[in-house]
Amino acid sequence: MKTIKFLIIIFIFFLLSTSKSFSLIEVDITRGNLNPLPIAVSPLSQTNKSKKISQNKLNLEDLGLEIAKVVENNLKQSGLFNPLNKDAFLQKPDIAHLKPRFEDWSLIKAQALITGKVLIENDKLKVEFRLWDVLAAREMLALAFTTVPSNWRRVGHIITDKVYERLTGEKGYFDTRIIYVSEEGPKTQRVKKLAIMDQDGFNTKYLTLGNELVLTPRFNPTNQMVTYLSYFRNLPRVYLLDIETGIQEVVGDFPGMTFAPRFSPNGKKIIMSFAKDGNSDIYTMDIENRLVERITNHPSIDTSPSYSPDGKYITFNSDRSGYQQIYIMKNDGSNVKRISFGNGIYGTPVWSPRGDLIAFTKLHKGKFYIGVMRTDGKGERLLTENFYQEAPSWAPNGRVIIFYRETKTNKEGEGFSAKLWSIDLTGYNERLVETETDASDPSWSSLLSN
Amino acid sequence: MNSTLYQSSNILLSAGFHTLIIVMSIVAFPFVAKKPIDVPPLVSVELIEIGKNTNIPFAPKAKKIIEKAKKNEKLASEQAPPKKIKKEKNKKVDLDINKEVKELAPKKMPTPESKIKKIKKEKLQSVALPDKKKEKIQLEEEKKQKPSKEIKKEKSLVTNTEKIKPNIEDTKVKQASEFEKKELFDPNNIAALIDKSKEDFGETNKKLNKITQSQDSSMNSSKLTLSEEDALKAQIFGCWSIPLGLPYNEDLLVRIKLKLKPDGTLIKTEILDHARMNMPGQGFFKVLAESALRAIQLCQPLKVPTSGYERWKDLQLNFDAREMLGG
Repeated sequence: MKTIKFLIIIFIFFLLSTSKSFSLIEVDITRGNLNPLPIAVSPLSQTNKSKKISQNKLNLEDLGLEIAKVVENNLKQSGLFNPLNKDAFLQKPDIAHLKPRFEDWSLIKAQALITGKVLIENDKLKVEFRLWDVLAAREMLALAFTTVPSNWRRVGHIITDKVYERLTGEKGYFDTRIIYVSEEGPKTQRVKKLAIMDQDGFNTKYLTLGNELVLTPRFNPTNQMVTYLSYFRNLPRVYLLDIETGIQEVVGDFPGMTFAPRFSPNGKKIIMSFAKDGNSDIYTMDIENRLVERITNHPSIDTSPSYSPDGKYITFNSDRSGYQQIYIMKNDGSNVKRISFGNGIYGTPVWSPRGDLIAFTKLHKGKFYIGVMRTDGKGERLLTENFYQEAPSWAPNGRVIIFYRETKTNKEGEGFSAKLWSIDLTGYNERLVETETDASDPSWSSLLSN
Repeated sequence: MNSTLYQSSNILLSAGFHTLIIVMSIVAFPFVAKKPIDVPPLVSVELIEIGKNTNIPFAPKAKKIIEKAKKNEKLASEQAPPKKIKKEKNKKVDLDINKEVKELAPKKMPTPESKIKKIKKEKLQSVALPDKKKEKIQLEEEKKQKPSKEIKKEKSLVTNTEKIKPNIEDTKVKQASEFEKKELFDPNNIAALIDKSKEDFGETNKKLNKITQSQDSSMNSSKLTLSEEDALKAQIFGCWSIPLGLPYNEDLLVRIKLKLKPDGTLIKTEILDHARMNMPGQGFFKVLAESALRAIQLCQPLKVPTSGYERWKDLQLNFDAREMLGG
């Protein structure tokens, strides 16, 4: 038996050794295109019965189409996708959702396809959707949600987040909100109110009445709490506001001027700067026990502090070198290190949620820039330039920055406006964020559906 | 009874072994009977600059190829020894030219026109083929205007080492067309031109020689030629939409093995690092791999060479997004 086994092994060995083999040719593909991915968003199918219900309840003729529009708009705004014109679609939504005819979709150059189904039943909105890889002819993702019908826009945002994550490899930022200062009236007599809206500009709500000046609202990164600064009898106060409940409380009265309160990454502290005896330094306050701790102690003006996402470091701006520049330090105030060395004045540094970049405002030769640099100060990139713009705030995935931009007034003092703009890290995808009124000081929330 | 059984089993065993040996000799040893592969003789080919031959922008990969090729320099010179000898010869000749020209020029051309001087200098220093042609044309134009002996001699000195000594024929007034014929079609001249180009672009040649090697080896069925590779790359570059959300500080290389039909359409694709697809923290790899697969699907039929199917029927594409995403 052993001999036979031995011979068989030799036989196999010879077979293998004599098989003709070519060394595999390798080709390196190091370039591609950065064009937006062509994607088809088929309207979500809906039964006639369900259509009638949605018409009665939400006053929407075709809820499936409306949700698809939300998704489509989000994808387009991201700059990474190119939603295709629905007129070119060959397959009906309900059939496409069951089994897409991939040849039809590839014919219109779609590389990905979103299909879905909507149903309103017993006061519940049920939505299911599928993401298809048209070229590979297979399903990539399938999910279903149940919620109250009035949440239909959020469903659209959540679908976009899932699709975005599946196709780009990073988390989305669509199911988020933006808080900002709504401005109305002439430049000298602006009425400023706190306002909140979905990231696409819909569902705006005003949180204050406008009889007090409000400034620098900032989201808590862990929940839907906001801190902001408001003047009460000409004294600045730091407030906390729970957006879900509407409950508002004063964090503290501070003796001097207070600026730019901001949450720590765990949401337990507020970091801010306030001026005491003509000297502005950085302080933190524990929200629970209201204990205040001084972080910097320098005769210069230290302002605009922002924590790194791990909470170990703080970036801020200071004029200790003669001009306002960006610095980083440990969270206890030690190891202060200047990181900006370019020409001009740097301000409002904000640490990216990804931790790799710091966004800032730069003033150079009368122009304002929004830019990013690495946390060691290298790799400075100016993303956008304008007459006046500032207050960058990161989207939760660290890919998009929102800021506000003011326009010049003419000789008659007219023409002034303040609007929100967003720009992505490439610097190419700059977009106006529609708001009901003029707007400034935006702050981006974390994802609502985490 | 037992012995009969024993005998018959032995016969069976023997028959089995014999069959095995026969099968082995048929299947396992065919290469013994085969004639050695007909390797085409190595032909040293002078290549033009890569830039003229390719539409692919310079990439770090090219550097790697060149560096690799530099390492293999020894091997290259062993395979193509005549080149080396030629080079040495040419060097000598060229040096002589310079010498003689330097010596002769002031004698023969006491007051040459500045334009001609410039052209002459250029001719002595640079020897790229297209430039030569231009110079020739320029010189011819000059001649047409002033068909003087001096210019003719100048030209003959520069272009032909063997005609440094004043030729009787040169003293005769010639028609421009005659010059053209002689200049362009004289085999000695062409050889000189090629040789000079070799020396003046010594460094480029070094690089190109390596590419020649790879091309030569491609004939031995191991690689695609540069232009074949370029065509394929250019096609896939256009099809690959790089997902912009990838983390640029991670390993963004995905290797995909393809099995192709002779017309370049796909039979099978296989992601080589498939295990990474489901690794925690490597979610981006799936996205990257899928984008690469989409690119291949979108591009098919691939622009593969028209011949040598055996060579490229299995192909590996290494998609690397680091360069594009600035990592």
